[in-house]
Amino acid sequence: MQIFIQTLVTGLVTGCLYALIALGYSMVYGVLKLLNFAHGDLYMVGAFIGYFSIQWFGGSTALIIPVPLLLLFMIVVAGLGVGVLGVAIERFAYRPLRDAPRIAPLITALGISFILEDSVLLLFGGYTRSYNTPAFLPFSQAIHVDGVNIDSVQIMVVAVSIVMMFGLRQLVNHTLFGKSMRAVASDREAAEMLGINVNRTIALTFFIGSAMAGVAGVMSGLAFDQISNIVGFLAGLKAFTAAVVGGIGSIPGAMIGGLFIGLCESFSSSYISSQYSDLIVFAILIATMLIRPQGVFGQPPLQKV
Amino acid sequence: MAPIGVDEWVAQSGDRREQQSRGRALLARLGERIGWWPRLVLVGLVAFGYGHLGLNINEANVGFNAVLYAILALGLNIVVGWAGLLDLGYIAFFGFGAYGYAVFSSHAFGNLALSAGGVHLPVIATIPIVLVGAGIVGVIIGLVALRLSGDYLAIVTLFVGTAFVEAVNNVAPGTLGGNNGLFGLDGFHVGSARIGTTLGYYYVAVIALIVLMAALHLLDSSRTGRAWRALRDDPLAAEVMTIPVNAMKVMAFSFGAIVAALAGTIFAAQQGSVFPTDFQAPVLILIYACLVLGGAGGIAGAVLGGITVTVAQALLSSPLDSAYLFYGLIIVVLVARVRPWQHLAAVIAAIVGFGFATHAIVGAISHTAIAGSPGSVGWFATVLRDYVVVPANARTYGNVLYVVMICALILVAQLKGIRRLIAVVPTVYIAVCCWESRLIVDPGITAQIMIGAILIVMMGARPQGLLGTRRVEVI
Repeated sequence: MQIFIQTLVTGLVTGCLYALIALGYSMVYGVLKLLNFAHGDLYMVGAFIGYFSIQWFGGSTALIIPVPLLLLFMIVVAGLGVGVLGVAIERFAYRPLRDAPRIAPLITALGISFILEDSVLLLFGGYTRSYNTPAFLPFSQAIHVDGVNIDSVQIMVVAVSIVMMFGLRQLVNHTLFGKSMRAVASDREAAEMLGINVNRTIALTFFIGSAMAGVAGVMSGLAFDQISNIVGFLAGLKAFTAAVVGGIGSIPGAMIGGLFIGLCESFSSSYISSQYSDLIVFAILIATMLIRPQGVFGQPPLQKV
Repeated sequence: MAPIGVDEWVAQSGDRREQQSRGRALLARLGERIGWWPRLVLVGLVAFGYGHLGLNINEANVGFNAVLYAILALGLNIVVGWAGLLDLGYIAFFGFGAYGYAVFSSHAFGNLALSAGGVHLPVIATIPIVLVGAGIVGVIIGLVALRLSGDYLAIVTLFVGTAFVEAVNNVAPGTLGGNNGLFGLDGFHVGSARIGTTLGYYYVAVIALIVLMAALHLLDSSRTGRAWRALRDDPLAAEVMTIPVNAMKVMAFSFGAIVAALAGTIFAAQQGSVFPTDFQAPVLILIYACLVLGGAGGIAGAVLGGITVTVAQALLSSPLDSAYLFYGLIIVVLVARVRPWQHLAAVIAAIVGFGFATHAIVGAISHTAIAGSPGSVGWFATVLRDYVVVPANARTYGNVLYVVMICALILVAQLKGIRRLIAVVPTVYIAVCCWESRLIVDPGITAQIMIGAILIVMMGARPQGLLGTRRVEVI
């Protein structure tokens, strides 16, 4: 039972992070019908911004500001920074290709992903860095019940994710921006004719999606302690699986898909084998694609002639 | 008015050629007169001639890799360029071919640790087995892909590619070697004759490439080739025209898989070893860069792309050659993009003057800011000593310049007319300083960044690739 609960907690934490990344994937796919392969690398950039924030304030062992302030700073700066980066990528790389054949922006996205990964390698080197979280968020603050350990970091990750997802839901369902985003997603040309500023809507969608990936990067750095320039690829792939399993383009689908994938991963690594956990996640994806290609919450796409 | 059944664009090709400059028109006419088969023979002669130049081991390696990537790009062209299916799992078939060859020609089925036992089939048997196996796997994945279209296909195939690496890493480490890979493979051998040198494998690869080009040319002009193009341009219309869409898709996957597996067997035999890391996403992106650069949809484009990208990558690893490559590229781009020649002359003069002036001003302000020396060697270093600003701490400075350079390049791409011309001058200078202080120091990373840049720039500026015609579009 202890192992079960511990696995559940780990799965929830991972799942929340996947859900945050998956949301960005899903939103971008919704408005542009573009698989943004660079999204996982935005998450990696977020993790690096968090790392350098810690260094900026004196390093993990000699912080010159209180820890809550640091956490707030990291999340805000990573969110803003990665959000702006996402908007820039949309503006300069994807927008010129909006009317090109579908394959052109996909290949561009592969190129962007490659460039982000290697630019970070060039600027900061390829070795793995550690946030060294226990130095400023000690485990003594964690909850110990019956041999089950829940870190304060884990609680924070889940709390921040829930707040962000709730905020996003409100934004999409109850604001003018949300309405225009849904309109662009369902039919871009019609939305344009109705006077919706499509470019601004798409840019804002990119900003929000990328910012969430950036925040997820910071929190994964805090929770798992290891970052390098290649963490984006696999995390991106898994978040992608989450978005697809939930139904790409659907916001609740991405949240539930993320949690599902996180739980699958942690349960398969603690009950089956940690080596096979990635393969199991991929098998889930392929099975989903075959049985219900539109995902659990997605609508089957109408083919327009 | 064009005759019925002929596209207007095609019908007007003669008129368009008249409008081209004289030299270009002459070249085009010459190319048409030579015909396809003599051109193939010419390519073969050039390739064999290269092998007879008395190559050292490095040059032979570059030649082998160039031909290998040309083969890989050709295979990818079947799936992406002709059938229009975005296959991101292509690399898995390359890996399948390499591992397939490896398990039948090493100690894989025996004892890996003791390097004993195992199946050692003759090459004549191994290659057909591997190719048929790859074809079957291609059919299976093609059947899975039938249910999917467009983006979903890209997703599932991307996972197939990643899953392949995960699988060879983790499944049956006693046979597939896991992380450590398989090594000590037999080379290609017939009877007692054995190919042991890279140059030998270069010839093998060249023969494979020529045969493949011929076969693909026949395929392209056959009923199947036309059906694929119809499928790519409009799947729905193709279906209405009674083309068996599903069978054609599966066939494209399967053919692409076989070509990739063939490249895999040659690669494994030449390397003498296979590792899971040889088949990861960066290699896939490299193959895509080859195809995109040359132009998806054409045989010549795929081959040219494969050769160009590999050779450029090899040139980057030598400081002198990479300087030729970098400065040559700048000059080619300037000559191609800046017209008329008066503007070109003014821009080049401005770039030269701007650099020396900047160096002089910075040097007058602070002597340490120009204390470093350029990363280039040979006569470049002499010429550039008073041109580029490289401080003693070149690394940090170069990193900052790299970021500035990307912003400047984006700015230049956004500007138009005379403003762009003016912005080009400092941008080129920043790029040169960044190159001399940082990029040339890490050629491996620079090569990767250049591959990514190829994908982005080609998609934005010339989606049809260097050799493609504008009508070749992949949907």
